[in-house]
Amino acid sequence: MKKANVKNYKSDQEVRWCAGCGDFAVLNAVYKAMAEMNIPTEDIAVVSGIGCSSRFPYYMGTYGFHGIHGRASAISSGVKVANPKLSVWQITGDGDALAIGGNHFIHVIRRNIDMNLILFNNQIYGLTKGQYSPTSKMGAKTKSSPFGTVEQPFNPGELVIGARGKFFARVVDANIKMCTEIFKEAEKHKGLSAVEVLQNCVIFNEGIYNFINDKKEKSDRQIFLKDNQAMIFGKNKDKGLMMDGFKLKVVEIGKNGITEDDILIHDAQENDTVLHNALINMHPPEFPIAMGVIRAVKEQHYDDLVEKQIKEVQEKTSIRNMDDLLNSGSVWEVK
Amino acid sequence: MSKKIDTIVLEEVVIKFSGDSGDGMQLTGTQFSNTSALIGQDVSTFPDYPAEIRAPQGTVGGVSGFQLNFGSKAIKTPGDFADVLVAMNPAALKANARWIKEGGTIIIDSDTFNKKNFKKAEFKSEKPFEELKLEDRNIIQAPISFLTKETLKGMGMTTKNVLRSKNMFTLGIIYWLFNEPLDLSINFFKKKFKKLPKVAKANEMALRAGFNYAGTVEALPRNYKVAPASIEKGFYRNVSGNVATAWGLIAGAERADLNLFIGSYPITPATEILQELTARKDLGVKAFQAEDEIAGICTAIGASFAGNLGVTTTSGPGLALKGEAIGLAVITELPLVIVNVQRGGPSTGLPTKTEQSDLMQALYGRNGESPAVVIAATTPSDCFYYAYEACRIAVEHMTPVILLTDGFLANGAEPWRIPKMDDLPKIKPPFAKIGEKYLPYKRELEKLNRKWAVPGTKGLEHRIGGLEKMEITGNVSYVPENHEVMSKQRAEKVKRVENFIPELKIYGDEDAHLLIVGWGGTYGHLLTALNEMRKDGKKVALAHFNYIFPLPKNTFDVLSKFKKIVIAELNLGQFANYLRMNFPSLEYLQYNKIQGLPFTVVELKENFNKILEAK
Repeated sequence: MKKANVKNYKSDQEVRWCAGCGDFAVLNAVYKAMAEMNIPTEDIAVVSGIGCSSRFPYYMGTYGFHGIHGRASAISSGVKVANPKLSVWQITGDGDALAIGGNHFIHVIRRNIDMNLILFNNQIYGLTKGQYSPTSKMGAKTKSSPFGTVEQPFNPGELVIGARGKFFARVVDANIKMCTEIFKEAEKHKGLSAVEVLQNCVIFNEGIYNFINDKKEKSDRQIFLKDNQAMIFGKNKDKGLMMDGFKLKVVEIGKNGITEDDILIHDAQENDTVLHNALINMHPPEFPIAMGVIRAVKEQHYDDLVEKQIKEVQEKTSIRNMDDLLNSGSVWEVK
Repeated sequence: MSKKIDTIVLEEVVIKFSGDSGDGMQLTGTQFSNTSALIGQDVSTFPDYPAEIRAPQGTVGGVSGFQLNFGSKAIKTPGDFADVLVAMNPAALKANARWIKEGGTIIIDSDTFNKKNFKKAEFKSEKPFEELKLEDRNIIQAPISFLTKETLKGMGMTTKNVLRSKNMFTLGIIYWLFNEPLDLSINFFKKKFKKLPKVAKANEMALRAGFNYAGTVEALPRNYKVAPASIEKGFYRNVSGNVATAWGLIAGAERADLNLFIGSYPITPATEILQELTARKDLGVKAFQAEDEIAGICTAIGASFAGNLGVTTTSGPGLALKGEAIGLAVITELPLVIVNVQRGGPSTGLPTKTEQSDLMQALYGRNGESPAVVIAATTPSDCFYYAYEACRIAVEHMTPVILLTDGFLANGAEPWRIPKMDDLPKIKPPFAKIGEKYLPYKRELEKLNRKWAVPGTKGLEHRIGGLEKMEITGNVSYVPENHEVMSKQRAEKVKRVENFIPELKIYGDEDAHLLIVGWGGTYGHLLTALNEMRKDGKKVALAHFNYIFPLPKNTFDVLSKFKKIVIAELNLGQFANYLRMNFPSLEYLQYNKIQGLPFTVVELKENFNKILEAK
């Protein structure tokens, strides 16, 4: 496929995020993914809610809609169902999607509307200057939790699976190449593609992902999952994942008689959620954190079913316009 | 034994069917009104039912009613008081006691008038008619349950199923009483129960048995005849306010060559609009039952951004939830129709009852300077035209429009002369031109609307949203002076809608001593009161508003001609205060009612007469 020029996807507006914000990297990855897939700019609609990341549409050279807090999932659902040929990208954050917009988030996933939902997870409220979010770790000290939070966080992937989601991927902002690749996978997938971006907030939550991004250690602390490939990771590609009863465990290849053949093969297309959920829930230091496309199951999608149903009804009906409808059923003439 | 029957000709009759919410009174009433309309009488109906689907059986709270007014003259309301009350149990009698005319007829199912049911209906005695002071009415005690059972004996049906047909036995009695034909209902059973021929047969047998019973029983010495009304020639159908609203929205989209998208969440009494639109896939309607009210409107806004005509339907509490999103449609200047079927409030209030108390919410229930057009429908059938008007204004002026109906209009029904789509003006969406540089907030001179650029169109890519925008370019702008410019432009754009709506007209006497002012769903009652007062020789006039914001341009000129103005509305005075704010130099009297019920013509006349007499 011929690549388009990345410039086409940029608007003339100055990008106004804090210097060093992870959002810049994601924005560039989105430009690249769209350009590499050569999606016509006029066929793209980028829809967002409220939050730092939700300024995204203004920086796009495509169609864009900056909505209200929490409602991006609903607005983008309307855009896609009304105009299904569009490539719809929803930009949202951990507050926008999981707090004020939690209801719309689970329902857009349940309906499986064909669009890409990019969830920027920085575990903090940036735009309101540093309050905890539904993904902040238990005990997190923030402006609105000076003594530490006393509530459990969501794990977005787990929520996607709980809402019967068919596509979930995780990437980290620092890795533009990975982001670009996964955004392309998300765009190719038919149905709702949820991508969690682990995103650094340089001002209010600086360094939250340093542990897994550490240059020297990241290959031990991240596992990049690829469909049909063994779940192997580590600097020396000598670690892998195996099942231990109903749980996952990390093993070392070459030790205790374990060979590469013993390592689990990733099957993103498996509809059963058990292993995907276990992968989503892996946390360092015991486990590496799972990156890449964790789940990508083919399923019918809402927008397409709507079109099909309309077509089916229209093939059978004798009512073709409003005049037909007005004169159908019990009608009598007064002479 | 044959009996001699006198037939008396009447001009107008009010019947109220009432029973337990499971007794099928809505269906019975609908059947009678359909028959009446089909033989050319004019009809107006009003169902009145409890919020509970099956409230405790036999209790006053569980009574479901269906009132209809039919006649050989123009019928504008379902009538104040019933000439005939059908009460299927003691609770129904008790619930409706105050609505039976002096000299009216009461038909009861005497089999249900027993100790147990008196207790359930909380009668103090076993003499319900005395207790309710109804002894002087013409009371017909018919053993309806028993006779229905006898009629359907041997059909091999359970007693429970047999008793389901007792409403049709009752309908048979009423058909006889008013000389109405049976065949329309019999055809209805055959169609409705196509797959259950036994049920169709049972209903037909019960209907005929009731009809024959009435014709032979001594208690009914005479029956009545209502002649067809002299109404305009043409093709007619019955339509309820909610269905008319749904169809008006489809009509608007069709005349604008747009796809209709509805995003809604079920809420009484607006749900039927959503249901009707979900059924209209034949006309390409995209209906999205959202997870909540907010998602309903937000999907509709998304759809409008994407080039459809987005609409959302709701009732009072839902409008409150949609407030923030209406503001989003105001600032993004997209076409959007919001239908609010008003009900009793505040909070959950009286979900199944009617009221006009969302006017201020519709006008001002948003943050910021957030002008939206507000219009109101006046009869069940003209919900079609005002839904269409809402579409026209929303599309051509690029603005959200709030259409107010109410529970009375929504559930009420009347015969409707079917319009031709070609007779409705074409709606012209102001699409941006391909090939020209697109500036999202560049305005058209006449209406001040911006242009609509639909995603998927090459070269018109742009970004809009909830943040304030620079005029013309549409870039995000925090420039103080620009915010003022944009706020004024949004206000002026909506105000200019006044140049594209009809002027306010006056019914009645130009030199009236009293001008009655109303808006929305009270039209039928106000007009009937007006006509009756004029017949009595009073000089009165009526100004009834469909366009609330902006008001018709001649509003002040019309109002200021009259010495006395009374504003009658089903709230505590919201429109009165709105007029006071707009035209403070005039003096306004008020007549308000807030009982979840429509006005009665009697109370209106009484109060207007008092005002006329006062110095």
